[in-house]
Amino acid sequence: MPKVIYMSSAGSSREVDVPVGMTVMSAALKNGIDGIVAECGGVCMCSTCHVFVDEKYFSKLPPAQDTEEAVLDISAEERQPTSRLSCQIKMTDALDGLTVRMPAKQR
Amino acid sequence: MPAGTLIIGTGQAGFQTAASLRSEGYQEPIALLGDEPHIPYQRPPLSKAFLMGKESAESIELRPRAFYPDHNIQLLVGERAVSIEPVRRRVNLASGASLPYEKLVLAVGARNRLLPIPGAQLDGVLYLRSLDEAAAMKQRLENAREVVVIGGGFIGLEVAAAASSLGKSATVVEALPRLMSRVVAPAISDFFKHLHTSRDVKIKCSSAIAEIAGPHGKVSGVKLADATFLPADLVIVGIGVAPNSDLARDAGLAVANGITVNENLQTSDENIFAIGDCSEHPNPFAAARIRLESVQNAADQAQHVAAQIVGRPGPYRSVPWFWTDQYDIKLQMAGISQGHDRTVTRGNPESNTLSVFYFRQNHLLAIDSINRPLDHMIGRKLIAAGASVTPEQAADESLDLKKLVSSVGQHAGHSGNRPN
Repeated sequence: MPKVIYMSSAGSSREVDVPVGMTVMSAALKNGIDGIVAECGGVCMCSTCHVFVDEKYFSKLPPAQDTEEAVLDISAEERQPTSRLSCQIKMTDALDGLTVRMPAKQR
Repeated sequence: MPAGTLIIGTGQAGFQTAASLRSEGYQEPIALLGDEPHIPYQRPPLSKAFLMGKESAESIELRPRAFYPDHNIQLLVGERAVSIEPVRRRVNLASGASLPYEKLVLAVGARNRLLPIPGAQLDGVLYLRSLDEAAAMKQRLENAREVVVIGGGFIGLEVAAAASSLGKSATVVEALPRLMSRVVAPAISDFFKHLHTSRDVKIKCSSAIAEIAGPHGKVSGVKLADATFLPADLVIVGIGVAPNSDLARDAGLAVANGITVNENLQTSDENIFAIGDCSEHPNPFAAARIRLESVQNAADQAQHVAAQIVGRPGPYRSVPWFWTDQYDIKLQMAGISQGHDRTVTRGNPESNTLSVFYFRQNHLLAIDSINRPLDHMIGRKLIAAGASVTPEQAADESLDLKKLVSSVGQHAGHSGNRPN
């Protein structure tokens, strides 16, 4: 099963097995990763599942849709070039090892 | 040992209060109590992805079961609070137990309004608010052929979209002349009427229900006031909710259309807060006391109360926002349009992209957007900042609204007494 590495803003990290098709947001909630809030439940309305994707993996992701782009503009911590909403990243085998860093604040 | 915080209600507001208290560093006990048998879950998917089998009871859990012990939150499900004793600071439960509190948070939600007509008790007449009700509806939908939905608001239309997507024949009956008319402009109502009609859902507006028929105890159809008969083997009623105010009223707290709170979300007892669907609060974006039924309001009010309990008082002022998903269309709403005296449309319905800007005295109150997510986010920023565009700017498609808000600031979408 492909793995995702979640890094907290403080620098600690956790490696989690994520089934193909599950979003990086859902996997975080299921595994008790505290840096993801996911207030709207994954429908691209709230920006509280914001992550900074490791550059090595960022280019492997399908590009963000307009809605995600707009929502990233209201993230609590300012967006960066590799910002994504983790609710919009679906796991694939090609993403094995995906590393995401979570912002210090989501709300 | 201090009594800590007791939260009544395990919906989004109750859950978020507990979660936010812990992330704020609150060290005292937290008890989270609710009468539903389930651990806290998301309600929005119930009328959408859950009905269509794309989400499950487990996948809509707000957090896994282990979250609560891991965060030292005492979760008491299937427990009903029957009375509050504000002077003794205790809450009495139906089970006979009694819990102390230092701070009490009422996140008790709302209940469905019931249809006051003959036949409403028949087998096959369903309502939707809880997971159990959604699970029952999902099961009944499997074998249903003809579904009549009573109520053309968000819930009714979402359920109609789900039923239609599952291959059922669906008819929506709405008493008022257009869909979602209490909250959206005619252009949005028209768009959704057309959307549903194009998916073979029949929409009957300005139609009163005379009775639900069912000669053998099971629903067979819906009779309208004009004597039209709509055959149905499943009738789904979505005609709004009433706030759960009884517990507060019986405790002597002020109650109006919901539990009355001040700008800090405190009830008439300073140790008791009321948040979420049940909270009638002064809302600066409506310039009125209102009650809001939304995830945003539940979560933001919860966060706000958590901040107050850990010692950061201040007025609640978060921009209201809402959404509804019907088929592949998402309607995003920012602000409160009530009281508007002018609307301006941007985009066009033929291309499935449309925003309606609502103004009062040329000041922006709200924006409703279909497939124009940038307009929605711009609305949230502008409204949070108390800024506006002019109606002329809103109407001018050649104008980049994003440029207008760049001066408003990156974090204008967030407000209130949050950290930083």
